[in-house]
Amino acid sequence: MAITVLIVDDSKLARIVAGKALAALQPEWERIEAGNAADALGILREKKVDVAMIDFNMPEKDGLELAAEIRSGHPTMPIAVITANIQDEVIARAREVNATFVSKPLTEEGLRGFISGAALRLRTSGE
Amino acid sequence: MASTMTLTDLERDALTELVNIGVSRAASNLRKMIGEEVLLSVPSVEIMAPQNAARLIGERETEDLVAIQQQFEGAFSGRALLIFPQETSLDLVHAILGGDVPSDQIAEMEQEALAETGNVILNGCLATMANMLKRPLSISLPEVVRGGGSHLFRFRQESSDDGLVLFLYINFSVRNKDIRGYIAMLMDLPSLTALKELITSFINRVLGDET
Repeated sequence: MAITVLIVDDSKLARIVAGKALAALQPEWERIEAGNAADALGILREKKVDVAMIDFNMPEKDGLELAAEIRSGHPTMPIAVITANIQDEVIARAREVNATFVSKPLTEEGLRGFISGAALRLRTSGE
Repeated sequence: MASTMTLTDLERDALTELVNIGVSRAASNLRKMIGEEVLLSVPSVEIMAPQNAARLIGERETEDLVAIQQQFEGAFSGRALLIFPQETSLDLVHAILGGDVPSDQIAEMEQEALAETGNVILNGCLATMANMLKRPLSISLPEVVRGGGSHLFRFRQESSDDGLVLFLYINFSVRNKDIRGYIAMLMDLPSLTALKELITSFINRVLGDET
């Protein structure tokens, strides 16, 4: 079954960058974009999403709060929090919700570890 | 106003994202200096007259301001400012120096601690922008200035009355401490035009091999 990735970032340009890096690594995975946390939660209620890639610094609800909410309903979903903010507290909070920390500016190389881990996890749980 | 300049939605988006990445990195460095988490707002980017930028800060801060400023020069040139309310400034110095410094020495350490903070934050921000736009910037040493918003945002060489300012507005605060501040960048029209062109190339690079 096709794998669907939800990309959440308030910057359209950052969503394009994330989508391209992802397409280079996993061209067959489907991508859905959301510009904020509320839209992301709306999409999650309606569609099957397998993987989430979330920007940290967003207006209203930040990416770590969103990751925590997604985690409560999706205990095994691979989630990445993407940010240039490498403060210990931010990394610790990402770890608390079992999300992978990926640094901005996002590159194919930077995303590779998360995506191959996610592919492995989805394959294992799907069997 | 004789001349105007506008950014398209995608140009504004790209510039905001550049600032966001730069400031996020800078906050990580500031966190190492003060040992407490630095919280950031989402940056907003506006092109406005200097007096409007002054008014924007004036509406939020009633007391005098302290700013650390650095000139930058390259494909685009201007002045970057890290701005604090006066009272926050001393709290910040305490946070950086820790509790061991006798209070009579705090005042003389203040200037130095502020300059160093400004250096870390503004350099982090400007260097990230320079790298991502692929144009080097040379950055001057930090200088501490005091006064109200209208003083801080005044152009050095007052050439004409139609100067425009790119006001990058981000609010940061420190967890467990009453410290808050702002970052602003002032550029004249030729520099803004050059920056706009670089942003366009940056967007084209990102979209370039889009299929």
